[in-house]
Amino acid sequence: MWDLIQSNKRKSALLIALLALVLLALGYAIAASVSPSAGPLGLIAALLVWTIMVFASVAGGEQILLASAGARELKREDAPQLFNVVEEMKIASGLPAMPRVYLIDHPAPNAFAVGLTPQRAAVAVTTGLLARLNRDELQGVVAHELGHIANRDTLFMTLAGVTVGAVILLADFYLRGMRFVGRGRRSSKGGGQAVVIMMLVALVLAILAPILAQLLYFACSRRREYLADASAAQFTRYPEGLAGALERIAGLPANRLEVSRALAPMFTVNPLEASRVTSSVFSTHPPTADRVRILRGMAGSSIAAYEAAFRAAHGNRGVLRPGELKGSAEAGIRAAAPGAPAAAAGPARQMREAQDVLHKLNGFAVIPCACGLKIKVPAGFGPSTVTCPRCGTSHVIPAAGG
Amino acid sequence: MIAVFILLGILVVVALWFLATYNGLVRLRNQVKNAWSQIDVQLKRRHDLIPNLIETVKGYAAHERGTFDAVTQARAAAMKAQGPAQAAQAEGLLGSALSKFFAIAENYPELKANQNFLALQEELASTENKISFARQFYNDQVQGFNTRIEQVPTNIVASVGGFKSAEFFQVEAPAEREAPQVKF
Repeated sequence: MWDLIQSNKRKSALLIALLALVLLALGYAIAASVSPSAGPLGLIAALLVWTIMVFASVAGGEQILLASAGARELKREDAPQLFNVVEEMKIASGLPAMPRVYLIDHPAPNAFAVGLTPQRAAVAVTTGLLARLNRDELQGVVAHELGHIANRDTLFMTLAGVTVGAVILLADFYLRGMRFVGRGRRSSKGGGQAVVIMMLVALVLAILAPILAQLLYFACSRRREYLADASAAQFTRYPEGLAGALERIAGLPANRLEVSRALAPMFTVNPLEASRVTSSVFSTHPPTADRVRILRGMAGSSIAAYEAAFRAAHGNRGVLRPGELKGSAEAGIRAAAPGAPAAAAGPARQMREAQDVLHKLNGFAVIPCACGLKIKVPAGFGPSTVTCPRCGTSHVIPAAGG
Repeated sequence: MIAVFILLGILVVVALWFLATYNGLVRLRNQVKNAWSQIDVQLKRRHDLIPNLIETVKGYAAHERGTFDAVTQARAAAMKAQGPAQAAQAEGLLGSALSKFFAIAENYPELKANQNFLALQEELASTENKISFARQFYNDQVQGFNTRIEQVPTNIVASVGGFKSAEFFQVEAPAEREAPQVKF
């Protein structure tokens, strides 16, 4: 596990450097095409833009992303089972601190994780996820998300995403600017051949660089999804949990979660691509059927077992480098956890329980009536008593407490 | 003269490697210790939850004295256990006493619907899970550490620095694997 994290960090640094190089080359070429001596200036300008964007995303990025997805922070009392599952996975993954837990009110099942360091991580799940998955499947999804955090994926993908964004921004800016500047420049500047060459270079880079950057970004993203799946299997010792969860998450195309394109790649299954059968070079996630097949083909729970299953499914191409397999523990697969009594009672009951979490979050008072109905009274309800709609008994609404 | 410099250069490189490897082993050993204390935390949590559980159930199933006593005694024994081997056995016995306890509770429908009881059941089930994950994590750390100590260049540093293999934590109590028997 440790070797995996170390190798991830090294690769992350290398790839960010590569992407940054693309950005700087573009900046230089653009500036040099305007005037040959302005090359270094363009370099510095590109560097500045990149630095500002990185700082902005590092400083406030998490909160912005969580808020844009409509995520609300949960306390332990609101959803004890979810908190327990997250804590169990925190122990299994060896994270130094318990991640914050958020809830998104949406019927589509999905989850994501953010957090630049394992100390400051956060996990968000939808009410749809809580309603549809049993404990083992929920554990699998949470393990996958915490795997991302433990493998430092969230940090890397944020940086890579920002760099790709900067490349696209710069290229776009240049290509648009070309239209206005082109005519005038050619006649006024006597720079001759050098300028023309630089203009060509800049043009080629401006067209190619965004594509290149995006390809790099998506390739890393897909590989990291596989690695997070492998980590999840190792943490839970139960690959079937995540496999079953993935099937349920991806199998409901009608309930697409509408999220911004910037946020979509961070979910367990990209909600904008959920029903795709094949993965194009531009997918952030591998196809779900493929992920499920690999998980179900594992002979054990270790990273080595995942690699073996991956090779079996992909014609002997592996997803891990040999160095990452060192020290991978031999691990068997445990039995399925016995279903908690509530879950065995049926999907409708589970959906209602998931909604109850949301009600507690919204400050609803839940009053159990003797006839079996649970009356939910919103905060700020005027009268101090409420009558049960089923049996007519009058109940006093408890005063709002802490 | 050149030969002296080259020799010095090699010595410096070797010394740096030695230092880096030593520090790496220290880090791994501390991870093992930390993982061990995690298990301890979860075991204590289980001990703390049990009195509450017994009180909740007593209200509904007062005449199941035998089961209550079994759990109480097992808990007391587990809290007194010294050292990992004793702890492993005592915790195994406590685990099987608890599963018998929950099997009995299945016979009382009002108890099964009681919110307190359900919450406690979830807490205890989760604590059992956390204990087994902490154990799993500890054993993973031990495996990584032991492998490192035994590999060829690193084992030199390990023997010089006095790093010894850590022990795996296996709960061997066969009672833990028994299915609970419900007597009528």
